[in-house]
Amino acid sequence: MSYIPIADQKDEMHDPHSFIAKYVWSMDHKVIAIQYGTIAVAVGLVALALSALMRLQLGYPDTFAFIDPAEYYQYVTMHGMIMVVYLLTALFLGGFGNYLIPLQIGARDMVFPFLNMLSVWVYLLSVIILMASFFVSGGPTGAGWTLYPPQAITEGTPGADMGIILMLASLAVFIVAFTMGGLNYVTTVLQARTHGMTLMRMPLSVWGIFVATILGLFAFPALFVSAIMMSFDKLLGTSFFMPAMVSIGETLDHTGGSPVLFQHLFWFFGHPEVYIVALPAFGLVSDVLSCHARKNIFGYRMMVWAIVAIGGLSFIVWAHHMYVSGMNPYFGFFFAFTTLIIAVPTAIKVYNWVLTLWEGNIRLTVPMLFACGFIFTFLHGGLTGIFLGNVTVDLPLSDTYFVIAHFHMVMGVSPVMVLFASIYHWFPKMSGKMFNVTLGKIHFWATFFGTYAIYLPMHYLGFLGVPRRYYSMGTTEFLPESANTLNANITMAAIWVAVFQLVFIFNIIWSLWKGKKCDGNPWEATSLEWQTPENPPAHGNWGPELPTVYRWAYEYSVPGVKADFVPQNIAPEDVETTDGKPYIGHED
Amino acid sequence: MAFVVAIIFLVIISIALQLFTPWYFQPIASNWTGIDSTISITMWVTGFVFIAVNLFLAYCVYKYRYNKDRRANYEPENKKLEIWLTSFTAIGVAALLTPGLFVWASFVNVPEDAVQVEVVGQQWQWSFRYPGADGVLGTADNAYVTPENPMGLNPADPFGQDDLIIEDKEMYLPLNQNVELLMRSKDVLHDYTVAPFRVKMDMVPGSVSYMWLEPTKAGRYDILCEEHCGLGHFIMRGSVVVAEQAEYEAWLAEQTTFAETQAVAVGNAQAGAANYAVCSACHGANGGGNQALNAPKLAGQQDWYLRQQLRYYKSGVRGTNPDDVYGAQMAPMAATLVNDTVTSNVIAYIQSLPNDPAPETVSGDLANGEALYNSTCSTCHGDDGTGRWKVHAPALAGMTDWYMVRQLQNFKSGVRGAHPEDQLGYQMTAMVSALADDDAINDVVAYINTLK
Repeated sequence: MSYIPIADQKDEMHDPHSFIAKYVWSMDHKVIAIQYGTIAVAVGLVALALSALMRLQLGYPDTFAFIDPAEYYQYVTMHGMIMVVYLLTALFLGGFGNYLIPLQIGARDMVFPFLNMLSVWVYLLSVIILMASFFVSGGPTGAGWTLYPPQAITEGTPGADMGIILMLASLAVFIVAFTMGGLNYVTTVLQARTHGMTLMRMPLSVWGIFVATILGLFAFPALFVSAIMMSFDKLLGTSFFMPAMVSIGETLDHTGGSPVLFQHLFWFFGHPEVYIVALPAFGLVSDVLSCHARKNIFGYRMMVWAIVAIGGLSFIVWAHHMYVSGMNPYFGFFFAFTTLIIAVPTAIKVYNWVLTLWEGNIRLTVPMLFACGFIFTFLHGGLTGIFLGNVTVDLPLSDTYFVIAHFHMVMGVSPVMVLFASIYHWFPKMSGKMFNVTLGKIHFWATFFGTYAIYLPMHYLGFLGVPRRYYSMGTTEFLPESANTLNANITMAAIWVAVFQLVFIFNIIWSLWKGKKCDGNPWEATSLEWQTPENPPAHGNWGPELPTVYRWAYEYSVPGVKADFVPQNIAPEDVETTDGKPYIGHED
Repeated sequence: MAFVVAIIFLVIISIALQLFTPWYFQPIASNWTGIDSTISITMWVTGFVFIAVNLFLAYCVYKYRYNKDRRANYEPENKKLEIWLTSFTAIGVAALLTPGLFVWASFVNVPEDAVQVEVVGQQWQWSFRYPGADGVLGTADNAYVTPENPMGLNPADPFGQDDLIIEDKEMYLPLNQNVELLMRSKDVLHDYTVAPFRVKMDMVPGSVSYMWLEPTKAGRYDILCEEHCGLGHFIMRGSVVVAEQAEYEAWLAEQTTFAETQAVAVGNAQAGAANYAVCSACHGANGGGNQALNAPKLAGQQDWYLRQQLRYYKSGVRGTNPDDVYGAQMAPMAATLVNDTVTSNVIAYIQSLPNDPAPETVSGDLANGEALYNSTCSTCHGDDGTGRWKVHAPALAGMTDWYMVRQLQNFKSGVRGAHPEDQLGYQMTAMVSALADDDAINDVVAYINTLK
C-alpha cells in the first residue's frame, strides 16, 4: 500500500450519536475547546474573586476582620497560580488551540481525538484537586505562586501540610493533561495540514499556538520534576531543596539541599511559561488586527521568525527572575544580556502590529478595540520589563509593587485583552450567533480604563519601595499617607474591573440564547475557519471535501480584486477582478 | 474616535504622573547613584518609545478609520523598513544595557577595605553580627543553634569568641565606609532590603550571600524582608542606623561578645527563693497568679520570656505607657532585681514551681476560637500553646486567661508593643489584627483554656 498523508486519509470520524457522546465524552476538538474554555473561565472567576478579597485587605487594612494574614497569603497564592496556569495556559492552548488548529489548517479534527478528550477531563481533575485544597484542614497553600522551598513546606507558612501537597499534585496532574493536549497540537500542525497549507501559509494564530505548545512540552517537565521532588522532601524526608535549618524552634532532619536549585527549575519552566501565554496571544491578536484593519499583517515572515526566536530565547533567560536570589551574582551579566536581546524580536512584533494599521481601513469593532487596547497595554508592560530585565535596575525594584504592576500589565491584562478580542472575534463562528455590540463596548471601556487605573499607579508604589506580599504595611519610616489613599483607590478600580466582567459573562450567555443569527463569515475574513460549509462547523468541519489552500491567510485589499478579501481556499481563477485581468496575488 | 482620544489621554496621564508623582524613589543613602542614573536612562528611552508608538497608534486608528469607499494599501512587507527598525531597536537596547552592566560589575566585586557585617534572618526577625576586635567573623552553622546560641556560632572557633552578637532589630553602619553584608538564614528564604540603599539580596539557608555598599547619608532607615517567608513575612522589620564613626564605635562598644553571651550565669534556684519573696506578694508563693492583684501566673512560663520581660520592665520598654496601669506597678518591682545573677536565680526558682493550670475565668465560642487560634496563633505559639523559644513566643496553655485577654487588648490598642525597642511586641500588634473585637479575643482565649 502506498503512503497516504494523514490529511488525505479517509479516517474514521467517530460521529457522535448520543447527547453524552456529543457534549460530554466528546472527541470533537470544537466541543473539547469549549469544555476547556468553560472550565478555565469558571476557575478564573474564582481567582478574580480572590484578587478582589486581596485588594480589600490592601486598600483597607484593619477593616475586614475575616481576612487574616494566613488567608491573605492563601488568596495571593491561589490567585496567581490559577490565573497563570489554570486560566491562561488552559484557555489559550486547550481552548483556542483546540478550536483553531484543525479549523485553520484545514483538518477534520486533532490527530489523536481520544487523547484530546482525555486531556480535558484530566485537566478538570487537576482543577478539582486544586479546589479541594480550599476545604482541607489548614486550607490551601499560602507559599506564594512561586512555591519557593523551604518555606512552602515548613510550618511557618499557611497550608504547609495538606495545602501544598494538593497544589503539587494538582500541578503534576495538570502537566499530564497538558502533555496529552500538547502532543496532539504539535502533531496535528505537522501532520494534518490540508492541501496547499504550507507552514509559511499558516495563520499566525496557529504559529503562536504551535510554538507555545513546543515551549510547554519542554518547560513543563521542569515544573513536573520540581513538584515531584518537593513532595518527596515533604512526604519522604528527602532533601532536594532542603538545607539544614531550624524551623520555628525545631531543628529539622533535612541537610544539604539547595533552595536555589528549586528556583532554577521553577523559572526554567516559569519564564517559558510567560511565552506559553504570550505567543498564542501574539498570534491571535495578529489575525484579529489584520482582519479588522482590512490589511495584510505587516511583515508576515518576520512575525513568524520573531515568534520562533522569542520561543527559543525564552529558554535562556530564566535566571532574570533570580538576580537577587543569592545565586552567583556573575550570572547576572549573562541573563541581563539574553533578556534584553529578547526585546528586539518583541519590539519588531509591536512595530508590525501598528504598521498593519498604517494605511489600513480600520473597522473599530469590539474585537478590534480589544486588539488595539492590547497594543497599548503590551507596550507598557513590555517597556517596564526592560527595567526589570536590566540587572542593575532590578536591584531596587525586585520584589516590590513595580514587579506586580509589570507582570500584570504584560502577562495579565495584555493576554486577557487578547482573550476577549479572540472570544468576541470567534464567537460568531463558535455559536453561529452575534454578541451584543453595546455590551461588548461597555465591557471594553470599563476593562481598558479600569485595568490601567489599577496598574499604572502601582508602578509608583514600587518606586517608593513598597514590598509585594505584605499583608499590611503597618508603621514605616518612609510611607506617606497618600500611599494609603492610593492603595484604596487601586482597590476601588480593581473592584470596578471585576464587576464589569459580569457584563461579559452576561453578554456571552444572553447572546448564546437570544443573539442574532449570523452567517459563516461576518468579519469577511480570509482564513479557513470562516469558510466552513456550516456555521458553526459540523463534526468533521469540512463536509465531504477537504479545502485546498492557494495562498496565505492575509490576502486583504488586493489591488484589482473586486472584494476586499480573498479567502485562502478560493482558486485563483475564481477570484473576480475589476479589470478582467487574471488574479495573481501574494507569492510566498 | 473615542479610542484615539482615550489613547492620547492615557499617554498624557502617564507622562503627568511621571513628572508630578508624589511617589518616587526615596532619597538615596548609599554610593549606588549609578543605579539611579541607569534608571533615568531607562526611563527616558522607554518613555520616548511609549509616547512615539502610542501616538503613532492613535494617528493610524484616526487617519485610517473605516471608509467604505477606500481601500487599504496592499504591502505584504517592506524589507528596508524592517531592517531599519530592527537595527534602531538593537542599538537602543544596547544603550540601555551597557551602563547597567558597568554598575553591576562594581556591585559583584566587593572592595578590599570593606568592613564585614553579618545579617541573619529567621522567621520573622533579624539579628546581626559584627567581627569584634580581631576583625574576623567566626564560622557558624544552623546545626549549632540553641536557645543560648541563637545565631549558631561555632563554639570551638576562636575567631567567633569576640564577635558581637546583636539579637535586636536595630543595627548600626558606619557613615562613608565600605561595608560588605554577609547574609545567612536560619530557616527559609528572606531578603534584606533598605530602600534608600537601592541594593538588596536574598538570604538563603545553607549558603552565604553577599552585597556591599557605602552608606552616604546618616539617619535611620527601615529594613524590610522582601522575600516571602511565611505567615509573618510582613512583620519582619528592622532598622539600620547610619552613624558617624564615633557614634558607630560607641554603639559597638555597648554590644556583648559571643563569649560573654555564653558566660551568663546559670540560675541558682535556691538562691532565687529569697529574692522571689518580693514577687510572691502578688504572684503567689507558687507563682500561680492573683487576679485580684492583677498579677499573672508565672509558674510554667518559659525562662527566656521571663528574662526578656524583666529586662523590658527594667529598661522602660514595658510599663511606661501612661495607659498601662498594671505595668506601671510591675516596673519598680522588676527594678528590685539588681543584676543579671539575681534575675537568673529568680527565674530558676520560678522554673522549679509546680505548673498547675490557672483557673478559668473567660468563656467564649470555642469553635470560632479554635479557628482563629489555628490560623494565626498556632504558627508561633504551637498547636498545644506551649510556646517556642525560637520565635520568641511564650507559653499560653494553662496560663492566666484574664491576663491574656488584657494583653491582647493592650496589643490592639497600642498600650503594649508600640515601644520602638519592643522588638517582639510589635509583631503581636500586627498579628492581633486577626482578632476583630473583644468577642474574638474571648473566643480565642477560651480555646487556649482547653489546651492543657
